[in-house]
Amino acid sequence: MFTIVQPRSRMVATALFVLVGAVISFPVWAQNAGPPESTTWNGLKGDVFGQKPIEPANGIVSIDAPKRAEDAAIVPVDLHFKTDAGTGRIKTVTLIVDENPSPVAAVFKFGPDAGVTHLATRLRVNAYSYVRAIAETEDGKLHMTETFVKASGGCSAPAMKNTDEALANLGKMKLRVFSSKASGMEPMTRATEMQLMIRHPNNSGLQMDQVTRYYIPAHFIQGLTVSQGNRLIMSMEGGISISEDPNFRFEFDAKPGEDIKVEAADTEGKQFKDEWPLESSSL
Amino acid sequence: MSGTTRRGVLKTGLVLACCGMSHVRLALAQSRPGDPLPVKQIADGVFAFAGIPAMMNNQNDGEICNVGFIIGDEAVAVIDSGGSVVEGKALIGAIRARTDRPIRYLINTHMHPDHLFGNAAFESTSAIIVGHRNLPRALESRGAYYLQSYRDAMGDDLMADIRIVPPTKLITDEDELDLGNRKLTLKAWKPAHTDNDLSVFDHKTDTFFTGDLCFIGHLPTMDGSLLGWIAQLDILNGIKAKSAVPGHGPIPSPWPQALDAERRYFDVLASDMRKAIADGVPMSDAVKSAAQRERANWKLFDEYNQRNATAAFAELEWE
Repeated sequence: MFTIVQPRSRMVATALFVLVGAVISFPVWAQNAGPPESTTWNGLKGDVFGQKPIEPANGIVSIDAPKRAEDAAIVPVDLHFKTDAGTGRIKTVTLIVDENPSPVAAVFKFGPDAGVTHLATRLRVNAYSYVRAIAETEDGKLHMTETFVKASGGCSAPAMKNTDEALANLGKMKLRVFSSKASGMEPMTRATEMQLMIRHPNNSGLQMDQVTRYYIPAHFIQGLTVSQGNRLIMSMEGGISISEDPNFRFEFDAKPGEDIKVEAADTEGKQFKDEWPLESSSL
Repeated sequence: MSGTTRRGVLKTGLVLACCGMSHVRLALAQSRPGDPLPVKQIADGVFAFAGIPAMMNNQNDGEICNVGFIIGDEAVAVIDSGGSVVEGKALIGAIRARTDRPIRYLINTHMHPDHLFGNAAFESTSAIIVGHRNLPRALESRGAYYLQSYRDAMGDDLMADIRIVPPTKLITDEDELDLGNRKLTLKAWKPAHTDNDLSVFDHKTDTFFTGDLCFIGHLPTMDGSLLGWIAQLDILNGIKAKSAVPGHGPIPSPWPQALDAERRYFDVLASDMRKAIADGVPMSDAVKSAAQRERANWKLFDEYNQRNATAAFAELEWE
């Protein structure tokens, strides 16, 4: 049975969904200079994490994104995770784009024995902005890293390129399994890299219906679960800062012979499921 | 050379020597605000202005794309309003220097700011704004972002008058406009450069205004569908025009040879991205080396190629 992952806190859910309404609030200062003070973040962090202290990541989580968002609608972001004996494994990672109308892009939760070491996805970036990842480890502590992304130049906009195509194939999924980089290791112990793609406009609800003159409600993937057999690999609560056609590439400890299952749900209550056998030979 | 112009050149030469300003400034120093846009007659009753291959900014008033107008027996149709209200007004000035017939239509070839930030200038005319049926939707989701994101490069003064004015006459598939003894065919294309590309064909002179379906010199930018664009090149190629006004590039340009350069770039880009996808190269790495052998063939390659590669990669992954 599919259930949307429970929000880690009501405040996260608020940042994910309610801030969608604050759409055209671009901070002008953010356009003007290099990496600025984290003014926006300082105002935002209490809404997302309350008063909980946030430590520097010190390599527990690291983030890579291009210095300039070439295409504002598709900004690739890479997260790498390192398990630290002192803090325990990473339970969740929150991905935030400070200056976006809906800053909390996603909250990822990892299964206890999933062994996820790397996760890449694509974001919309509306303005010059910090993109930050906050990992929560088993000891309950928060660890943050960030990178600054400059907005794209020219006519690039964080909007859908081909709206009709996105809607026509709504919910279609594709899973790719990449052959392991580490050869010679036992199949049972080596990490497998996968890429999950879901056709969805993941839109912001900014478009006006030309007939009714009402804004079309936001329509995006809000919950996603990837599992192998009965084992949770990863789940996500998402918002509109995840690019259209959400895309996740990740490395985890796969078990040969058990199917990969993906279940997703969007804000209109549509549910999407797919399942792929994972052959031992592909590991 | 008139005294005024010579003074302008001398003055500009001095500024250049002092500050090393670009040729853009040199060209603009010779025109003053309020001057009509220096359009060129490219066929009987058909006029166009060639924008410079540059990013829109305060110095160039956003005048980076090609705009034009066609004069019929009764009325005028304008093709794109340019990248600022300053440019839009200068375009109206150029029209009024040649005819007093009413401007009946302002045709927007697609959603990008360099082509329609001048729309508000036409509110002083009776022009009906015409666009692809998808254009209003595209502007709804991008308009506020465009107005904000161009402010840095264009400056507050230039942005002050700019508003997003959507079309009211929408084209689905094909439609004709009559300017009085002069028929224009407007064609709404499937997603290519954008998902709201509209072209204009003047039957009297067989002149084809392609909008940004055709780029020459200025690297094409991808904001719709690479596969859709490639697929429709054959249809574009089959249009029997004597000459074309591309969205960016020389006016007029020979048709259909005007398509050759972008076709080659698209093929290189698609083939590089398909190979990267097949090899499992992550997007962030693949876009860095994409289509580099095309670099010397284009202006603004570094400004737009990685973006095109990003969009192409995301699209081709679904093949």
